Amino acid sequence: MISFSQVTKRYPGGLEALRQVSLTIGAGEMVFVTGPSGAGKSTLLKLMAALERPSSGSVIVNGQNVAALRPRAVPFLRRKFGLIFQDQKLLFDRTAFDNVMLPLAITGFERREAARRVRAALDKVGLLAKEKSYPVRLSGGEQQRLAIARAIVHRPAILLADEPTGNLDTAYAAEIGELFRSFNQVGVTVVIATHDEALAARLKPRLIALKSGRVAA
Amino acid sequence: MRAWLWHQLDSLVTTLARFGRAPIVMLLNIGVIGIALALPVGLYVALDNLQGVVRTLASDPQLSVFLAPDAGPADAAKIEARLKQHAAVRDVRYVPRDQALKELKASTGLADVVDSLPSNPLPDAFVVQPRGAAPEALERLRDEVSGWPKVTHVQLDAAWARRLEAGLKVARLVVWLLATLFAFALVAVTFNTIRLQILTRREEIEVSKLIGATDSFIRRPFLYFGALQGLAGGVAAWAIIWAGLQLLNHGLADLSRLYATQIELRHLSLEDSASLLLFSAGLGWFGAWLSVDQHLARIEPR
Repeated sequence: MISFSQVTKRYPGGLEALRQVSLTIGAGEMVFVTGPSGAGKSTLLKLMAALERPSSGSVIVNGQNVAALRPRAVPFLRRKFGLIFQDQKLLFDRTAFDNVMLPLAITGFERREAARRVRAALDKVGLLAKEKSYPVRLSGGEQQRLAIARAIVHRPAILLADEPTGNLDTAYAAEIGELFRSFNQVGVTVVIATHDEALAARLKPRLIALKSGRVAA
Repeated sequence: MRAWLWHQLDSLVTTLARFGRAPIVMLLNIGVIGIALALPVGLYVALDNLQGVVRTLASDPQLSVFLAPDAGPADAAKIEARLKQHAAVRDVRYVPRDQALKELKASTGLADVVDSLPSNPLPDAFVVQPRGAAPEALERLRDEVSGWPKVTHVQLDAAWARRLEAGLKVARLVVWLLATLFAFALVAVTFNTIRLQILTRREEIEVSKLIGATDSFIRRPFLYFGALQGLAGGVAAWAIIWAGLQLLNHGLADLSRLYATQIELRHLSLEDSASLLLFSAGLGWFGAWLSVDQHLARIEPR
């Protein structure tokens, strides 16, 4: 489903975030990308969703070479993913419901069906009762769950999460972990960049360890 | 197709919601655009009215031939015969001095003044309809007739109208220049409004791009906004001109009662109104497009 071959990413200024990385992630896998800060975990995820372009090598997602993608095609690639960030990137001027609606609005979903799906996604993360709340009124854990609802509402085949439990306490982190496990169980490919060892111990995923931009194990 | 329509409608609703979020700013913007458009369009309306008047005058030129006060009926008959035989003359009407005085009394409402005159100050006159309307031919006829005996003065009635029409052509050019300038102003105002909007909605744009929004999806509400703002500005301009004409016509009503004639300014025609609105909406759209084109590319999610 996702394969990297000889991927190097050099940022302007000379920082080499990834060096000659080759890896393959199959459909339906759950993979944790681990490693210390600055090892290149975020860069790896960004390359998958075409948020960054590799300096050399190729990134293949669903048979498409992301590096060679025309700018016009990038939005359509991104719709295959559900993206979750450490800083949830929620929109604070709209309700939980409208935040989750955004991906469906973008793809031009029929209104009633979209509303049904939004409620289903909110229900899945346990926020259905708070659909009219604005994100500021939600706790940190709830905000992260809202971000997850937004990432899954359009039923993507791949879920990418960058430090999803980064600033949550253990109880919340465990909840989030369970959510990811449930998505994976219904066939969604889940790729999580994290250094949360407790989470890894619980979910027992395949681990890809990065160290200074290289795959260590 | 239905989804697409839904989406268009959705963008429109979002746009209208944005109007409502900063009503004072919106009203000021619309006011600025309205005034900027009202200036050239108002001038256009004024010219249009003036031109209507001038056209009717200029298309129907007349020469007034005034005889000397001491000319008798025999002199008048001789001149009439001579005019009638002239190749450049289509029709001649004799206006004896008594009749002229009567007409003056009847048509201008100056009866009191006329009655107080000790004697009739008006000369006998001929109103001559020339065969052509070419200014040079008319002037030649005037010069010729004024050389005849017992003729004191020949007045080319439409001469001023023709001169005015030539002047109006220049004025029309000025209107177009002004319109161009103010169109530029409209584009600039929209450009800036949209720029500010893009800056304040930066986060939304970024997140939208992140989850797979196409550029046209992101662009659309801004374009709608620009077009709607332009349209509202056009409506404001139309209203300003309408109100202005209404006031002027009110004033003119008194004037025309005084002069016993019908003077009324015409408002923009339906076609002109439609093109004003279309034009302002189009310019708003264009300004928004320029702005979005400039600023959107710089917002890339990281």
